[in-house]
Amino acid sequence: MSLLSLERVKKVFGGLSAVRNLDLTIPAGSIFGLIGPNGAGKTTIFNVITGVYKPDAGQIRFDGQEIGGWAPAAVAARGIARTFQNIRLFRTMTVEENVMVAGHHLHRAGVLSAIFRNARHAEDERALRQRSAELLELMNLRELSGELSGSLPYGSQRRLEIARALMLKPKLLLLDEPAAGMNSQEAAELKKQIRRLRDELGVTVVLVEHNMSVVMGVCERIHVVDHGETIAEGPPETVRTDPKVLAAYLGEGASASLVPPS
Amino acid sequence: MTVWGRRAAIAIGALGVIYGLGFAAEATLIEYVQRIVLLAGINVILAVGLNLINGTTGQFSIGHAGFMAVGAYAAAFFGVKIAPLVHSVLGEGALANGVIFNLALVVGGVFAALAGLLVGAPSLRLKGDYLAVVTLGFGEIIRILFNNATFLGAATGYFGDDPTGLPAYTTFFWVYAWALAVVVAFANLTFSQTGRSLGAIREDEVAAEAMATPTTRLKVLAFTLSAAAAGVAGGLFAHMQAGIRPEDFRFEKSIDMIVMIIIGGLGSISGAVLGGIFVAVTLEVMRDLQEYRLVLYALLLISIMLLRPQGVFGTRELPSLLRRMVKR
Repeated sequence: MSLLSLERVKKVFGGLSAVRNLDLTIPAGSIFGLIGPNGAGKTTIFNVITGVYKPDAGQIRFDGQEIGGWAPAAVAARGIARTFQNIRLFRTMTVEENVMVAGHHLHRAGVLSAIFRNARHAEDERALRQRSAELLELMNLRELSGELSGSLPYGSQRRLEIARALMLKPKLLLLDEPAAGMNSQEAAELKKQIRRLRDELGVTVVLVEHNMSVVMGVCERIHVVDHGETIAEGPPETVRTDPKVLAAYLGEGASASLVPPS
Repeated sequence: MTVWGRRAAIAIGALGVIYGLGFAAEATLIEYVQRIVLLAGINVILAVGLNLINGTTGQFSIGHAGFMAVGAYAAAFFGVKIAPLVHSVLGEGALANGVIFNLALVVGGVFAALAGLLVGAPSLRLKGDYLAVVTLGFGEIIRILFNNATFLGAATGYFGDDPTGLPAYTTFFWVYAWALAVVVAFANLTFSQTGRSLGAIREDEVAAEAMATPTTRLKVLAFTLSAAAAGVAGGLFAHMQAGIRPEDFRFEKSIDMIVMIIIGGLGSISGAVLGGIFVAVTLEVMRDLQEYRLVLYALLLISIMLLRPQGVFGTRELPSLLRRMVKR
């Protein structure tokens, strides 16, 4: 069953077609890779799904509902969380606060509750703190919860973005280059964490990633785009050796495999 | 004792302390100094209010004197008109005056909040610095409106219906009771989920939206509350003197408020309190310099930018700083 499906989605910037008639189906419960060379339109696809850009044509169905053209906050509240390629943390706020911000579903108390500090406010705060502590634990950030997020090392910032996104209790998590800037040890750890997200929290994960050992190691299905169009789709073993994919990455006539089987 | 019982006790205790301090201030300080002390309290309300939108939420308003004017005129006018009715019910004593004054302050706050909603709702839908432009215009428009509103005395100013001018309701007790209430309310709001969301908007609005934060609604809320505080401060200011003139709420007044929160540290409530007091004192000290004080202010701001760009407190608060000092 598909959780998210894009049908003939189009996004044009001036004269540039960033996404052209893209069909994309993401099965519920999968770990799904979206790859392609630089400028292929991967981040644009994320931005169209999450409402940052409105699609110029086509349909986006999520969990039985058409969400094309919704505002970002509405898409997020509906169950699609994301991280950003160029990390966008709330830098002067602590690690814990960053995660708590995304806890809108846990938060019912209004402004007056906050001002008068009533029981409902206290209850909400406790629930937010508890949930964010659990997620920080999951992403190995528990000890850093009091630190300013802007002062964390790069890899931790990326993991914090994931923890923050999970606070939304998403059905679908879009990770935009989660392994960028990580060393191989951190990347290996990340692979395990992504699997845990799916297995323990039941989140469907889509990742855009250039680190092929992460993509091939963790994704069950991979969709390859170039110039805003699908060029291949399938399990990692077939995508890896697909001539069109190799041509897009390495140039015409290349014969190799994207990652030597390890 | 229940939580609410304990809170009521603390509140009554605090009001008692304020009352005692006010009594001592009126007994010992000359009138000139008393006036500075009152202005300091009013500035605290202005600064803490402005800090919520400019500091915590990161949306720059540079026309807050306009909201102060709306509050001042609304409170003064309402106070004058409601006084006969209240006096006929409660007599002439301090109780009646207290009732009139506090009702007038609430009305001033509500009118300023409505003005804030009117200005904020359209301009805060957009990302970026539109609010600064709109509030700048608003501040001037309001001043010119009052300059031409004959039922409010136009350019001569509004002095009420009495030949002696507006009643001098503003005392140490009321100024500092309201200042305390505003500080506590705004601090509680800032250190809640709402406050965190406002901070998230300041830090990265795109990310905040992606975390399901209702950014427009929260920005309008912060702006409206901030305008309400300016309105209450305006009401307190109005009843310090015989009358209020449109000239009292010029652009320079908005700049004074911005100076208060920048000196203390944008985003810090403790900083706003300190900045409000600082500006009240320095404005008096520099009174003889007339418009040269703007030059001095500019120099002061430039030095702060160079030496301590985050202001005295940065985004920190006094309690957390004290805790850090004790730990060392």
